[in-house]
Amino acid sequence: MNDIWAGILAAFQLIVSLDADLVEITLRSLQVSLSALVIASLMALPLGTWLAIRRFRFRRAAIATLNALMGLPPVVVGLIVYLLLSRSGPFGVLGLLFTPTAMIIAQVIIITPLIASITHQAMRELWAEYHDLLISLNTSQRQRVATLIWDGRRALLTGALAGFGRAIGEVGAIMIVGGNIDNATRVLTTAIALETGKGDFALALGLGFILIALALMVNFAIHTLSRTERHGTW
Amino acid sequence: MSPLSVSLRDVSVKRRGKTILGPIDLDLGESGFTVVLGPNGAGKTTLLKVLHGVERVSGGTVQWSAPADAAQQAQAYVFQRPIMLRRSVRNNLAYPLQLRGTSKAEIAREVSLWAARVGLMDVLDQPAPRLSGGEKQKLALARALIRQPSVLFLDEPCANLDGRSTREIEAVLRAAHDSGTRIIMTTHDLGQARRLGSDVVFLLNGALHEQGPATQVFAQPAQPETKAFLDGDIVD
Repeated sequence: MNDIWAGILAAFQLIVSLDADLVEITLRSLQVSLSALVIASLMALPLGTWLAIRRFRFRRAAIATLNALMGLPPVVVGLIVYLLLSRSGPFGVLGLLFTPTAMIIAQVIIITPLIASITHQAMRELWAEYHDLLISLNTSQRQRVATLIWDGRRALLTGALAGFGRAIGEVGAIMIVGGNIDNATRVLTTAIALETGKGDFALALGLGFILIALALMVNFAIHTLSRTERHGTW
Repeated sequence: MSPLSVSLRDVSVKRRGKTILGPIDLDLGESGFTVVLGPNGAGKTTLLKVLHGVERVSGGTVQWSAPADAAQQAQAYVFQRPIMLRRSVRNNLAYPLQLRGTSKAEIAREVSLWAARVGLMDVLDQPAPRLSGGEKQKLALARALIRQPSVLFLDEPCANLDGRSTREIEAVLRAAHDSGTRIIMTTHDLGQARRLGSDVVFLLNGALHEQGPATQVFAQPAQPETKAFLDGDIVD
């Protein structure tokens, strides 16, 4: 219990003093996770919607694979990305290993199936509702996907936030591909792991509380911007 | 809005081995207000969907007097249970025009025009899914007519509506018909069929049982089943 109180106190002190290191790793955490979220959403939203409306031979297998990929072990993703980006790997020439870009790549791989799968579930219901109308209006595939994404944006926001939650809290993969290098690739989660390893539980907890607060603030900000709770406004 | 006629030859629709419609031969001319009548399960909705091209036929041909794409673009369909996009009434009305790439100014003008025609001006910015049943049906009708279709399909447009809403919808349908839209409508309401129909198609068990001018079919039905149906007897 003492550790928890010490953690709260440490978090309070870090925030009040606007600790330079804290600000830096917090901004890096946001930069990496929000970049991964945007890139993953750009791929996952159309993919999930397309899977909901398109009938093709291996559709069921594709959906099952997508759902299975939601459970990808981040450490394994990190290891594979590490091997691909390492000097001897196929993309080693790009020199991306131990950079925030490598961390973004790993997070994109981890959260894309999650967002796509939630999108698919939401879009399947909306497609069932809209099917006859959109067919009747002779819409193209692209128009159908665009209509479903726009009208289902509130459900899709939930998927995107789930992706963000997974990305901002992820540690295994970004530790491997980022290396937790001070002033370069250290983020909140890897800093927490480091401080825990050093036995400084108070600081680790303090960083943990800041991480939770950050995730909540981003959620509230996105909800507010997208006006999901204003029932009268469409 | 160029007039369209359609011919069905030996058309049938089967689902899981069971014949839902046909085989049927039917010719519908370029103008008129056709009312499709028949008991439940007669194949009325299936016939409408086959004509509109959203129901795949198991056999036979559906031939419009224009190429398939042009014919489909010139049609609109109002479903029995109106499908509301999760948008405002204004954006529901605008949607078909946006698909066509109509300019914003033109869309705004048309939306105002049609909202006024069907009496939805006061609810333009309300979410469409929260409208009453009658308002939803009026919106669905306006959204179909805003495309200025040559052919309008209506599947029981006034089912479960009160007298006032029915009267308002019938007025819109009459105006659309008077301005040259060819209308093909299913209904259970024989009174409505008499009020609106210029010709009647009577279906029974998926087969075309009788077709003719409304005045003739209602006054002197050729088939005993048609007469029994029009007299209010149970026909199956």
